[in-house]
Amino acid sequence: MKTLTKSTLMGGFLALSLGFAATAGEDSTLVVNGETPIPVRAAAPEGSPLPELFSGWVFRSVETQAMQADDFDNPGMIFVDQAWEAWSTPEGSAGKSCADCHGEPDSMAGLRATMPKWNAEAGKLYTLEDYINESRVKHMGAEPWKWSGAQMTGMTALISLQSRGATINVKTDGPVAEMYEKGKEIYYTRVGQLDMACSNCHEDNYGVMIRADHLSQGQTNGFPAYRLKNAKLNSIHARFKGCMKNIRARPYKEGSDEFRALELYVASRGNGLVVEGPSVRN
Amino acid sequence: MAKIKPRVKAPKSVAAGEVFTVKTLINHKMESGQRKDKAGEKIPRQIINKFEAIFNGTPVLTADLDPAISTNPFIEFSMKISEAGDLAFKWHDDDGSVYETSKSIAIG
Repeated sequence: MKTLTKSTLMGGFLALSLGFAATAGEDSTLVVNGETPIPVRAAAPEGSPLPELFSGWVFRSVETQAMQADDFDNPGMIFVDQAWEAWSTPEGSAGKSCADCHGEPDSMAGLRATMPKWNAEAGKLYTLEDYINESRVKHMGAEPWKWSGAQMTGMTALISLQSRGATINVKTDGPVAEMYEKGKEIYYTRVGQLDMACSNCHEDNYGVMIRADHLSQGQTNGFPAYRLKNAKLNSIHARFKGCMKNIRARPYKEGSDEFRALELYVASRGNGLVVEGPSVRN
Repeated sequence: MAKIKPRVKAPKSVAAGEVFTVKTLINHKMESGQRKDKAGEKIPRQIINKFEAIFNGTPVLTADLDPAISTNPFIEFSMKISEAGDLAFKWHDDDGSVYETSKSIAIG
């Protein structure tokens, strides 16, 4: 019986590997608007547990891949347009807009590729959301945005877009070393009723089907991601929450130290990949 | 709901009689009228119920949309023209508002 189970599993795995090859052929490449090539594979950084890095785009169906290959078809761009308007709209008691201090959004080029990073002034690990809300509260005198609200994800999409094509290079040493270790521990700790860790799916079984879908490596280079299932942009922390619910665990709060640490660790696993956001995912 | 802004992609110029593709996308929540809010109250239906594409006053495509159409409806169609002109688009909302945009297409 045991042998049978094992061979069935092996057979299943082989078939799935082929399925993976069909979806994500070695030669499938992402070219946005027919002119901007975006590498979706990268050599694993030193010390990585993964043999090679794959963007989540590789694991999606041909149709979903095509949506991301055209900025018009990419519904995430609707929210980028809205954020563009918000960028130059004054708000709050100071009567200032993002544009008053930062100029055009392209002043943010390259930023997304280094997030999350240490903010020495605040003495804290900062995500893109933190920087946006700090600017809103401190400099604009406006209300902070909700972590995964439409305005926030739109703005992170606009800022991520400025870094399209930039290679992810998240620092893991120095003052953030402690958070990095904490994130790593969360990544490998089994939790919830299903008793699973992030690594069980995204490290041990990427490319394999989970129900009707391919498991990805759980890379964050495509965030914020427009998900077809909820027809909106999704933040990294919202996705973490979804994963934790799926394994019947009680999720941490968006913006909590746990998720910040996890975001840092997961982002660092993608060092070498290229910023895609806003991407299109299932 | 966020500001509604239609997006259209059409070529600036085409050869006479050449078949070309027009893509349109509008951000709209397309509330089906089937859902209930947290208090158990029915959320009233609010969808784009009609889409029109009109070239120089002649309808090219008219579509009646129903509640099963997804959020942010994307409509793509092919057409050909023999003269230059304006391609006008209209999205009719349940609340009575009409979202409009247009594109000029030249022959060349």
